[in-house]
Formats: sequence, C-alpha cells, structure tokens
Amino acid sequence: MEFFLISSLNGLSYGLLLFMLSSGLTLIFSMMGVLNFAHASFYMLGAYFGYTLESRIGFWPALLLAPILTGAAGALFESKVLRKVHKMGHVSELLVTFGLSYIMLELVQLLWGRVAVEFTPPAFLQGPVFTLINHGQLGLSLVAGVGGEICQSADTAVRIVCTPFPATRAFIMVTAIAMVISLWWVLTRTRAGLIIQAALTHPETVETLGHNVPRVFMLVFAMGTGLAGLAGVIGGFTFITEPAMAATVGSVIFVVVVVGGMGSLSGAFLASLLIGIVQTFAVAIDYSLLQLFKDVGVVLSADWQNNSFIKLTVSQVAPILPYLMLVLILIFRPRGLLGKRDT
Amino acid sequence: MASKKTWLALTLTSILSLNAYAQKGETVKIAWIDPLSGLMAPVGSNQLKTIQYLAEETNKSNPAGVKFEIIGLDNKLSPAESLNQLKSAMDQGVRYITQGNGSSVAGALLDAVNKHNERNPGKEIIFLNHSAVDPDFTNSKCSYWHFRFDADTSMKMEAMTTFIKDMPEVKKVYLLNQNYSHGQQVIKYAKENLSRKRPDIQIVGEDLHPLAQVRDFAPYIAKIKASGADTVITGNWGSDLALLVKAANEGGYNGKFFTYYTGVSGTPTALGQNGAGRVYQVSYAHYNMGGRMSQYMAGFKAKYNDDLYTGSMIGIFDLLTQAMAKAGSTDPVKVAAAMHGHKFKGYNGDMEMRKLDHQMQQTLFMTVWQKADKKFPYSAENTGMTLAPVKTFEPYVSSTPTSCQMKMPS
Repeated sequence: MEFFLISSLNGLSYGLLLFMLSSGLTLIFSMMGVLNFAHASFYMLGAYFGYTLESRIGFWPALLLAPILTGAAGALFESKVLRKVHKMGHVSELLVTFGLSYIMLELVQLLWGRVAVEFTPPAFLQGPVFTLINHGQLGLSLVAGVGGEICQSADTAVRIVCTPFPATRAFIMVTAIAMVISLWWVLTRTRAGLIIQAALTHPETVETLGHNVPRVFMLVFAMGTGLAGLAGVIGGFTFITEPAMAATVGSVIFVVVVVGGMGSLSGAFLASLLIGIVQTFAVAIDYSLLQLFKDVGVVLSADWQNNSFIKLTVSQVAPILPYLMLVLILIFRPRGLLGKRDT
Repeated sequence: MASKKTWLALTLTSILSLNAYAQKGETVKIAWIDPLSGLMAPVGSNQLKTIQYLAEETNKSNPAGVKFEIIGLDNKLSPAESLNQLKSAMDQGVRYITQGNGSSVAGALLDAVNKHNERNPGKEIIFLNHSAVDPDFTNSKCSYWHFRFDADTSMKMEAMTTFIKDMPEVKKVYLLNQNYSHGQQVIKYAKENLSRKRPDIQIVGEDLHPLAQVRDFAPYIAKIKASGADTVITGNWGSDLALLVKAANEGGYNGKFFTYYTGVSGTPTALGQNGAGRVYQVSYAHYNMGGRMSQYMAGFKAKYNDDLYTGSMIGIFDLLTQAMAKAGSTDPVKVAAAMHGHKFKGYNGDMEMRKLDHQMQQTLFMTVWQKADKKFPYSAENTGMTLAPVKTFEPYVSSTPTSCQMKMPS
C-alpha cells in the first residue's frame, strides 16, 4: 500500500513538472502557431539562472527572478528574431528555434561548464515533508516531517516500514497547481487574457480596436518561456542541473503536447499526469511477454524462452513507453486526447 | 666526398652508442578517449586530470627515462564518437590509447584497434584499458593488443561474494544495474557466485536501467523497498550511482549497498553523512592505503581539490615505463612483448599482467563508508567521510580462469 501511495505521488509530481514545461509550449503553439523547438532549452536556462541567483540573492528572490529573466530572454528572441522569420512561414520558424536550441546549449556550456553544477535546494526543502509509516500492528499512518523514533526502533518483532516523501517533490506539486490556477485565471478572467484570446483568432479586428498585436504575441512568448524557466529552477534542484537536461526533457514534452492535443492546455495537463504515472509505475512491473505466454498457457520452445525480446520486462521498456504512446495516438487519434483540430 | 663519409661514420656511431637506451628522452603520446560531456562528464574530467597529473609525476623520473604527453579526446560516452576520436588520434601519430568508461565503448575501440593492427603492420596501436571491466575483453574477445589494469567484473564479484558469504544478515538481495554489458555481467556473476557460496540468499529482484539516462531513481527505490531486499548489489557508476543513493536517502531505504564504484566522482557527495556502515565498495585501491597511492592522492588534492581514485592509471605508467626500459624502445610491438606476462611490485602489492589474457592480477580491497577518523583520515570529496578497509583479498582470491585463446602476432 505504501508502495502504491508513494509511487502515485512520485508519478504525480513528475507529471506536474512535465506540465509546467509543456504548458508553455502548448500555450505558444496554440496562440502563435509556433512550435518552439528551443522550449526545453529555456527550461535549462531557468535552472542555471536559478542556480546562479540563489547563491547571490537567496532562494525566494531567485525563484521569482529566474523565470522573469528567462521570460525576458524569450521576449527578446521573439521580438528580434522570430517576428522577422514569421512571414517566411512555419518551416523557417521551426528551423530558427531549432538553431536557437543548439546556440543555447553551447552558450550554457561555455558559461557554466559541461559538468553538472551543484544546485542544492534551500534548507526548508531538504528532508521529507511527511513520512508514511506502515506499522505491522497499527496499520498505515502519516507523520509530518521525519518519521522520528518509531522509524529508528530496531524492534524486529513488528514490521515497520517508513517511507518519507521528499519536500522538493511536494514543492513541485504545490507550485504546479498554483501555476495552473493563476494561468487559468489570467487567460479567462482578466482583460489582458481576453485580448490575448481575441488576438489569436481575430488579429486584424483586435488591431483595428487599437491593440498592439505584435506586443501581445511577445507577451505570450515571454509567458511561455517564463513558465519553462520556473520549471527549470524547480527541476534543477530536485533532479540535476547540467547541459544535457534540455535534451532529456525536450523529447518528452513534445510527446505531452501531441498526446494531449496540440494547443490544448487541459489536454497537456492530462497527458503530463498520464505520462508521469505510467513511467513511474512501469518501472515496478516485471511482467514480460514470456510471462504472458505462460499465463495464457502457450508452451514455448527453449529457443523462444531465451529470446531476449520476449524476456523484456515492462520495467525495462519503461523509458520508451511515452514514445510508444506518441505513435499510437498519432495513428488512432491524431488530434490528441483533448485536441480540437486535426493537425 | 670526404664529408659524406664522415657524416655516415658519425651517424653510425651515434646510432650504436644510443642503442642501449634508445628510448631515453623520447616523448610518448597517449590518447585518452573518454567522456568530457554528458552525464558522465564529471567522471571523465576527473580522470583526465588524474592521467595528466600522473604523467607529470612519471615524467620527473621513471625507469625508461621517457616523457609522456596526454592528448585528451572527448568521446561523449558514444562508441561511434570514440572511433572518430581514435581516427584523429592515429592522424596525430599516437600509438598508445587509453579508455575506461563504458565497456560498450571499450568493445568498439578494441575491435577497431585489432583491425587496424592487422591491416597496418609497423603502425600497431596498444589499448591500455584503465577501467572497462566486461570479462569478455579478456575471454572470448581477448586480444594481444589490449591490456586491462582494472580487475574485471567477475574478479570483483568473486571478492565481493567471498565477503558477503560471512554476513549472515544478508538474506534478500536486489540486483540493480545499468543496461549494457557491464551491468548485465554484474547480474550474471552475482547470481552465479551467490548460488555457489550462499545458496540460502534469495534474489528478490533484478533490474536493468538505461546507462546515464535516468535522472529520477525514486521509482526504483520504491520498488526495492517493496521487494523487502536488505541488500542491493550494483555495478552503477557516476551519476547512476550518485542519483541512486540520493534517491535512497530521500526515500528512506536503509538496506546495504554493495558497489563497485562508491569512490567515483559525485557519489561521495551524494552519500554525504548518510549510509555510514552500510555502503561497501570493492576495488583495487582505497583512500587510506598509504604508499604511493596516498602520496599521489595528497598531491592531486592539493593541486585540484579533488579525489584521485583511478589507481589503475598508476599501474599503466608503472608497467609502460618498466616495459619500455626492458625493451629499450617505445615501439608498441616491442613494448607489448615486454608487458606480456610482466610481474612487478605495484602501488597495491604484487601485480602481474597475465600472459594468458592480459588481465592484471592484483590485490583487491573491500571498504565501507564511514566517518573519517585518525586511523582512516582521508576525507572523500571533503565530506568528512571515508572508505575504510574491512578486508584485503590477495591476488589469488579474485583471480578467475580465462577462456582466452590469444592470437599472437606473427
């Protein structure tokens, strides 16, 4: 039971981190029609900004300032580069963001080195936020903070399993949820949000009403990359801050956006959680095709039993499951889980 | 005309007089082909510094009187990239290469070196393997041109299980490893050795995960906890071990870890004050062994504020310089013949580059993670913790048989 609870929480927190990343990507795509290949690079940039700022101005200011700086970098890129190639069509936009991702990677390596930097969470995020205690007699209980004496006791007569849940992961969850709510509020309840939405579908009309549409686009791009920067700060100290961090999430967030439905925020939310949970639980499943055949009652020859493909367990293929999902979704439901248009 | 004759005579006499110590004063280039980017970059950059530092120390004085020059080449931990780097090393006239991170890479290099040597007599290259420990390289794939200075997976597992044999509290073992040759070999030999030495031990789970890809080991820790394992045996190294122990600390896993590479960059920091008394390492060296190892470690720390842990590189310079002195040459063909079967007193005791398969026979040590104290003072990555020796295995204990049918050069 504690395994199920902890794994769900692990999956949820990872999924929510993915959402923080992919929300920006899908926001930019749905509003501007730009598929930003460099999105994960802004995630990396956020982590490095956070790392540098934290040691100088402290954790909270860094958490606030790093995403703003990342967003500013995004705004600069949008207004100086992306806008220029916009009229040349989607392929050019795609290529320019693709090029940007390489430039950012090299820049980060030049500035901060190729080796991972030591980005430690602040003191209040080190250690567990709560501990699940499974007591042989008293059953399952939950204690805030470290488990305390009961976990230290060497009483072998009663089986006690203590499972702490790291505060960094809880922090991911809290931040992501706060972000979802504020994003939704800005887009649907504020004047700025209404203008943004209108500018996307009817740019000319909005322009004739006296609004600066290019500036709206720039703001959207800044917001999207800023969100990636926020995810970067949190992901950076929870996992690891190094130059390859962009490449490893880069492909997964595209999966999220496609599975969720291009341009659908709620779809991205659903898909992120799905992928986070699937990946976490898949690691725990040692079921293979061989086992399946056995259970169904098919007798295989010795040769087949030693076949390395048949022996592959779900846990071994866990890392490729998201991409399998991507392919299946593209075949059977190209618009994605909650997408509105067929792209 | 007369001047031409004098010249000839002069050259002849100079050649003759130099003959005995022909190699003296020569510069030998060694190409180091290992990762300097990606998740394993910290390990690679530490080892590049190590080999450069040891080259400088060796250049001060050595039996052959030669100088070494290290050419560092980044292979990004990729076999394909390594072959490109090998090519560029050859173009620079390099005849000695060294590599160690990832048996996947070592396998590709070994293959390329064999082919090259077959096709280019007179331009042979020697592969000095400092840390790639897949037993195949000294068994089914053994080669005359390959010399391994680390102890291979089967040897270390032999020592590790000899130690576990006397630990009655180990009852349920989990095998977590990287999904490539080395990790798979760890699982294979762990099962074989345990069933031979401790048939009562139950293997409660085994897992293979991608090499240098996983950032989040929390799901694996949850799985290990659920399996009820009291001990984890892992051949993981670099970020794969550092992030694993980090996740174990965060996830409240209290079992023992039997590792190959606790001392490698990143892991001591990730362990920190945790894991005292329950994280073990089997290796050919340790932090507090005294003698040349400690001397080099102190010098390295003073220079780079980092740990020198790749002791096998000391073995490389020892064997190379002794063999060059013996052969009176730096020509790889002659040096290889001199290294073949050479016995010497190394930094960790008696060493022998076994004739049969070119696997270094050497002493191994079992160490445990604990607070640094007066007796074992070395502070790993400045954590205030150290690896204290708990058992020493003479070379014969870990020596494993070989199936190598070595093809000698004609």
